[in-house]
Amino acid sequence: MSLTTAHSVVAPSANAKLIAGTIIVAYALISIVPLLWIFATSFKTPPDSIAYPPKVVFQPSIEGYCNLFTTRTRQTPEYINSLGPATGFCDETVRKRNMVIAGPSNFLPRFVNSLIIAFGSTFCAVFLGTLSAYGFSRFKVPLADDLLFFILSTRMMPPIAVAIPIYLMYRELGLSDTALGMILLYTAVNVSLAVWLLKGFIDEIPREYEEAAMIDGYTRLQAFWRTVLPQATTGIAATAIFCLIFAWNEYAFAALLTSGTAQTAPPFIPTIIGEGGQDWPAVAAGTTIFLVPILVFTILLRKQLLRGITFGAVRK
Amino acid sequence: MAEIRVQNLRKAFGDFVAVQDSSFVVEDGEFFVMLGPSGCGKTTTLRMIAGLELPTGGNILLGGEDVTMRRARERDIAFVFQLFALYPHMNVRKNIGFPLLAQGMPAVEIRERVEETAKLLRIDHLLNKSVSGLAGGDRQRVALGRAIVRRPKCFLMDEPLGTLDTEFRDLMVHELRELHNRIHATTVYVTHDQMEAMSMADKIAVMNHGVIEQFGTPREIYDRPATMFVADFIGSPPMNFLRFGGGLAKGAKEIVVQGAKVAVPEVREDIAPSDMALGIRPEHIRFDDASKLRGAIYGTEYLGTTQIVAVETADGIIKARVPAEIRLAAGDHVGLSLNSARLSLFDKGSGRAVRTAVHDSASQGRAQHG
Repeated sequence: MSLTTAHSVVAPSANAKLIAGTIIVAYALISIVPLLWIFATSFKTPPDSIAYPPKVVFQPSIEGYCNLFTTRTRQTPEYINSLGPATGFCDETVRKRNMVIAGPSNFLPRFVNSLIIAFGSTFCAVFLGTLSAYGFSRFKVPLADDLLFFILSTRMMPPIAVAIPIYLMYRELGLSDTALGMILLYTAVNVSLAVWLLKGFIDEIPREYEEAAMIDGYTRLQAFWRTVLPQATTGIAATAIFCLIFAWNEYAFAALLTSGTAQTAPPFIPTIIGEGGQDWPAVAAGTTIFLVPILVFTILLRKQLLRGITFGAVRK
Repeated sequence: MAEIRVQNLRKAFGDFVAVQDSSFVVEDGEFFVMLGPSGCGKTTTLRMIAGLELPTGGNILLGGEDVTMRRARERDIAFVFQLFALYPHMNVRKNIGFPLLAQGMPAVEIRERVEETAKLLRIDHLLNKSVSGLAGGDRQRVALGRAIVRRPKCFLMDEPLGTLDTEFRDLMVHELRELHNRIHATTVYVTHDQMEAMSMADKIAVMNHGVIEQFGTPREIYDRPATMFVADFIGSPPMNFLRFGGGLAKGAKEIVVQGAKVAVPEVREDIAPSDMALGIRPEHIRFDDASKLRGAIYGTEYLGTTQIVAVETADGIIKARVPAEIRLAAGDHVGLSLNSARLSLFDKGSGRAVRTAVHDSASQGRAQHG
């Protein structure tokens, strides 16, 4: 390799590859440390979790998970001794701390709320987004550019800026603290992202496909369903992941608009901290479980996600 | 199969007029080619016949039925796109059978028809292959298969050979014409390639700026161009133009070009004095030292059996196609003799051809101005 060669066409040298590889691996490790720490903490006992210096090697315990899923009351040792033998592992663990299980905690219903609201709003946003993106892509929409800008403008302000009007509106409409209200809200926020992303993907599909189908005897909707949609699956999957991640992680609106029946996991998890001391293992357990759905979804659709991230960067 | 009748068709996109007052008839079973440079309105015309665009004015009749405002799927036509538009998520069999599925045809019958069509196009061995792995020529055949499987009233093709490389293109030109000879389907074929048009068409319409400049057989269009545009667009190299002034009187048999008298076919109309042009194809020019029309050799292009010789005259470069054996050197002075029976006269103002004796035998080669 000579110095006169243009560097854009030169294959990277072994050294350059090594350096680049090292940086990437280091970055990956740094990124994953907090996640690993959360995962490790979820299996620590409360004393281990606040030990100083922090314990890297420890005796694993599922106390955090027991505490996450239950509510407990403190009792005198005499009362606990008067009870029968422990009914399960969690019961036994809790009794060692002079407590008894009073009932299930709210974590499970909150987690289910998160699932319903995140997946529900993702479905609605992608469904509406696909249809409007198709419309913008294929038809002469009057003021199309202005409309697209208007749609995008809903994402230009922080949630807190519109929080109060939305809070008042929702109270009037009876949508406060309802799953429907949260689905509508997240759909409204995500639909702009979905329209813009999907318009890009659909623009890439030549319209000859639908025209051929329409000449061959199909209606426009049938042509869309049979020729455009199958080719847009990559884009739809990538868009769905982005929408899901947003709806799943959203905290500000959820904290403000939900308090009881429709509360999602993000505002619920911090409330664990307050219950009887700083129960970090339970918080970590909640966070760990909270990560699972996104992790599974992302692994299943990782190819499409990659395509979504590099979208527009590579021409076919 | 059916005839296609286009009457006063017009299409405007805002202020831009893509097609102006076009009228033509494609007879039942005819292979009709619309030829013209890009942006001349040929594809727009085709898309209006297909129902993919709605005309601003005029009528389209398919087999005597007015379909001007009908939806594409109600017209019973087939369309072959330039990029083939094969569905990448279906294999060859499903692609070809797709139009039949729309009609709700039973699966067994679809299978039979698809296989029959594939045999006709010699792609029956590819039926279960994915379309994305096919070579250009085979993709083209699958696209044709999807068009003919339904046995529609007519075929519309939009530059279907445009993306193939030259070798395949010549083969497909031959195959397309052969296929047409077997199934005799009314076909409208759009192209900017004059070789494709000349070798396949029964009738050609040459279009420019949304106007049909000439409608006729390949022979009429080549021998008796109706306008200077057609004369210039068809032929390689194109027709030469030599300026001459003054009008023409009915019955005139001679004109003066660059001080030389040139015999012309008997003029059949009176033309008021204006700028005129004499059009002569390169192969109708011979070198003749006795001729008063003279020039100096500018350069030659050797083509094997013939050579194209550029001659610089007082009125610019004239190209002649002469036998390859003639030895010529740049700078040589030569006399040019024109084959009077094969030349055309044009009114430069309107670009229109002057009626002469060469038009006597046929009346179809007329220009249609909007």
